[in-house]
Amino acid sequence: MNRITAGRRHPLARYAVLLLALGLVGGFYTLLAPSSERADAAIASGRADDVAEGKKLFQQSCSSCHGLNAEGTAQGPTLVGVGAAAVDFQVSSGRMPLANPGAQAPRKPPAPWVNADTVRQLSAYIQSLGGGPTVPTDEQVDPAKGDKARGGELFRANCIQCHNFVGAGGALTQGKYAPPLHEASPKQIYEAMITGPQAMPVFNDSIITPDEKRDMIAYIVGVREEPNPGGAGLGRIGPVTEGLVAWIAGISLLVLAAIWITAKKRQAHQ
Amino acid sequence: MSTGNVPKPIASTSSFLDDRLGAGNFLKRNLRKIFPDHWSFLLGEIALYSFIILLLTGTFLTFFFKPSMSHVAYEGSYEPLKGVMMSEAYASALGISFDVRGGLLMRQMHHWAALLFVAGMMVHALRVFFTGAYRKPRELNWLIGVGLLTLALLEGLTGYSLPDDLLSGAGLRITEGVAISLPLVGTWITFFLFGGEYPGEDVISRFYSLHILLIPGILLGLISAHMILMWVQKHTQMPGKGRTNTNVVGAPFYPAFMAKAGAYFMFTFGVIALLGTFAQINPIWLFGPYTPADISAGSQPDFYMGFLEGSLRLMPAWEINFLGFTLPLSVLIPALVPMGVIMTGLALYPFVEQWVTGDRSEHHVADRPRNNPHRTSIGMSAITFYGVLWLLGANDEIASIFHVSLNWTTYIGRVLIFLGPLVTYVITYRICLGLQRSDAAVIGHGVESGVIKRLPHGEYIEVHVPPNEAIEAHVRGKAAVPMIAGTETDEDGIPPKGMRGPLGRLRAKMSRAYGGEKVALDEGHGHGHDEHAAVGPGKDDKSLTR
Amino acid sequence: MTDNHHDIDQPEERVPRRVIGTPSPAAGTSLLGAEEPAAKELTGVPGVTPQDERTARKGERAAALCFTVTLLAGIAFIVSYVVFQVGDLETTKTSTLALGSTLAVALLALAAGIVIWVRMIMPKYNLVQERHPMASGPEAREYVAETFLQGAAESGITRHPLLRRTLLLAAAPLGLAPLVLLRDLGPSYANFSEKLRHTVWGEKTKDGKHRRLVVEGTGAPIRAADFNSPGGILSVVPEGYEHDLNALAKATLILIKFRAEEIKPGTNLNWTHDGIVAYSKICTHVGCPAALYEQSTHHILCPCHQSTFDAADGAKVIFGPAARPLPQLPIAVDNEGYLVATADFAVPPGPSFWERGDAEAEVRENGGHA
Repeated sequence: MNRITAGRRHPLARYAVLLLALGLVGGFYTLLAPSSERADAAIASGRADDVAEGKKLFQQSCSSCHGLNAEGTAQGPTLVGVGAAAVDFQVSSGRMPLANPGAQAPRKPPAPWVNADTVRQLSAYIQSLGGGPTVPTDEQVDPAKGDKARGGELFRANCIQCHNFVGAGGALTQGKYAPPLHEASPKQIYEAMITGPQAMPVFNDSIITPDEKRDMIAYIVGVREEPNPGGAGLGRIGPVTEGLVAWIAGISLLVLAAIWITAKKRQAHQ
Repeated sequence: MSTGNVPKPIASTSSFLDDRLGAGNFLKRNLRKIFPDHWSFLLGEIALYSFIILLLTGTFLTFFFKPSMSHVAYEGSYEPLKGVMMSEAYASALGISFDVRGGLLMRQMHHWAALLFVAGMMVHALRVFFTGAYRKPRELNWLIGVGLLTLALLEGLTGYSLPDDLLSGAGLRITEGVAISLPLVGTWITFFLFGGEYPGEDVISRFYSLHILLIPGILLGLISAHMILMWVQKHTQMPGKGRTNTNVVGAPFYPAFMAKAGAYFMFTFGVIALLGTFAQINPIWLFGPYTPADISAGSQPDFYMGFLEGSLRLMPAWEINFLGFTLPLSVLIPALVPMGVIMTGLALYPFVEQWVTGDRSEHHVADRPRNNPHRTSIGMSAITFYGVLWLLGANDEIASIFHVSLNWTTYIGRVLIFLGPLVTYVITYRICLGLQRSDAAVIGHGVESGVIKRLPHGEYIEVHVPPNEAIEAHVRGKAAVPMIAGTETDEDGIPPKGMRGPLGRLRAKMSRAYGGEKVALDEGHGHGHDEHAAVGPGKDDKSLTR
Repeated sequence: MTDNHHDIDQPEERVPRRVIGTPSPAAGTSLLGAEEPAAKELTGVPGVTPQDERTARKGERAAALCFTVTLLAGIAFIVSYVVFQVGDLETTKTSTLALGSTLAVALLALAAGIVIWVRMIMPKYNLVQERHPMASGPEAREYVAETFLQGAAESGITRHPLLRRTLLLAAAPLGLAPLVLLRDLGPSYANFSEKLRHTVWGEKTKDGKHRRLVVEGTGAPIRAADFNSPGGILSVVPEGYEHDLNALAKATLILIKFRAEEIKPGTNLNWTHDGIVAYSKICTHVGCPAALYEQSTHHILCPCHQSTFDAADGAKVIFGPAARPLPQLPIAVDNEGYLVATADFAVPPGPSFWERGDAEAEVRENGGHA
């Protein structure tokens, strides 16, 4: 159940998402229809000017909140200097474009126009505006190359107070929350650390080195993929679910057994 | 003793024992001791058998566990912790989990049995409370029970601290924070418990001897006393046909009750084995070694400590400084008051009830909860009070799973802790009276037979028939809640002796409210023997639906 | 409203026919007053009703089946122990599953077998036993009281006050002895509260320098110029005490980097360096590490009891049960540019204790900044 963001579990959420999707698809289709052919052609031919394409994408999908030149508006902060890593994190995890304002932008399926190319183009555009953290290479975030034990120590020192031992997430103040790390890709984990999205603090590369970040990624990915040797994990959130199981399964089963043992056997149909 | 029909091996063994122990007289009186049958009478056995399973699995764990806080680098088989510095206690708990066959199973069964031990005690205590089974002559056994519950909480606290993982360490830190906040003696208690500054190097080995020797020893003694008293006083029974305050109706200890108890032990053991196999509990390898510098989101204590966690979370920031001393009320009040209210309330209830009702007689027939509505309402209020605190102990998980504001769960909790018990009281009281009325209707007017009859003049009625004998006896087992006789003032407006001071007046008032018959049963109606099988409809409608 | 129910009460209504939608008389203990067949008492012992032969034979077969399942599951348990080794997560999982499920099946089948035995083979019991009042009666009580007094008199304890008093006096030190023995549970020093007022940040290093702040988990010292991203935090421990839990329980820090304009007056600017502020990580409520930092609101939240502190404003309490702000540590950089602590906390960090007093007020009175 941790894999499902709670926004999606709200009874009205499906209607909201449906309406939104319809609106987005309809809106973007009319906007993109003339240009998408050219964009596709450009990508196919490998001659794409990423910054220019990214600017177009930005103006279509992001500028209503962040301003035509990413200078920021009352609705959204400036994106000058946030860097490509921030764009890649926010858009690839579906947090941006924002669906509706709230305490915090939830992870959700990315918008229909989002794919590796569009994200790269958008990132390139934002990077061109004022620099900032760049997207890590695959090598930098490869869990296989990290040292889990060392990463675990750093993870426990800096991350679990919000994201929990096993990355199950947790509550923050005033409706904000640290999201679970179950769906975050290694790249997104890295980007989140260097850019500090939303309420999350920044862990820059000069203090927690890229190698150390890779160790942490190795630990997070390793632990979330490891089996539960003791049976069902119960959400791996510890004593709360354990207590519920003790009462709901344990005591109920034993009460049923007590009822069976002491039940009067009816003689009526003997 | 005639041994005519007894096979020789049995006869010779029994006479060997009897010659030396004189056990014959005891067995003669007790082998066929009668135990009444009701499912709720087995709830206490959950706790009893869980305790036995705790002793068995716990002994296994001690063979491999090293209660030491000296630092080692982990060299066991769990890869993500290889080379990490940790206490020997944590390393050996990991060893039990991954390097001993059946070790993880035993650890998990031990932990599940601990949860069921406390949960079993709680449901048992609730059964005893709601049926009034704590009344004379069983008050002492009730007190022993309250002592057992308190010790069980301590046993749990000392036990889950032992693996020295990051989660249990958080509990230990909170324990320290609460202990050090005590006025006057706080720092002394803390420095003596930890052998110096927190966390020191001693607390695990000290908790270990408390957890495996001292507290289980006292528990064992008290449990034995609890069982002996139950045996001597004979079990209470539910009201029913042929059951009175001077008899006990049921099955004999040997062979029927013995077999049932044995079966229930196996059930408890089996359910704990099921949980230990299929539901992972306390996965310490995911938590990492303890350090006072780190903590995880969603750190929770085991369920029976949750209410203390909740009350600490609920509290606003109050702290008093005077004359250079500090009284941290935002720790002291939540840590001591709810626990004190619940445990003292439990311990005193039988005596307070006696004082209010003036009832000094022996009771061996259990009350149905509805028939003592004030007691039932008080019990339900206490459950609500406990439940709100318990729920608040998990408010971060609630906020995180249901995406509500953490702060609002606290604000709501601060209101609910006062409002919830009151509302519950009123609702429970009304439900009890409603159930009493429906009992009265069953006795007075019979039960709906499901047969619709058309009268000659066209009216349709449903035929009512008298209730089944067993049901009627069960319902008629109701007795008015006792109250102090003559609490009313006499003609001159002078209250009787003993009811004159403010306390006396309060007592009289409470007695009148608490005691008495709220909804009387129809006395005249005999059961089944007389021939008016169908009780007329019409005039009954009002009383049935009221 | 009719009173003529006798007219309609014909004999067949004694056991009413079932009407659709009403509970079957066979389902559960019926409320209806249907006559239950009188219990057959074959043994002649009242209250003991033997099972009929057919039920008992059925029960025997079912119970025997259960016991056989227990036998097989028990063997499977032993086989599983031998076959499945442990050592990593996968093998441990398999071993636990095999051992646990065979054990559970064995126990539950045994339980079921015994219940079937009780319910289908053993007779049904409805025996009655008399209860006797718990009290022993006046005669016995009187006898005990008399005997007690007589014994006391015989022993002479009432008549020889010297004997009585010296005996009581003799017991007192013996009773105290175990309490005295507990003294060494605590440390040899007795000024406990003084210990709580100081942390290792107040001590200089061996070569007389200020103690460096190092990253928890790696032990690397922190160059102020590297900790340069606003919104950054770090869990920090004292150099040389990275694995000393007693030191960490008081001295662990949370290091936060602000933009200069974000810092509010509650923070002591003299104790910061270039927008870097260090607070005690140990919550002032009951001592959990309070380190859930939201860079957008500058809230520090303690996960245990949700005390919330405003990091930009001297870590003052804005929610929850903590009564005092997290103490701020005076920091600066040494000549190599690394962050160091220039002094100890001005007030004791961590949870309140009786002897603590209002340390914050004292500091303010002395012109300091708490």
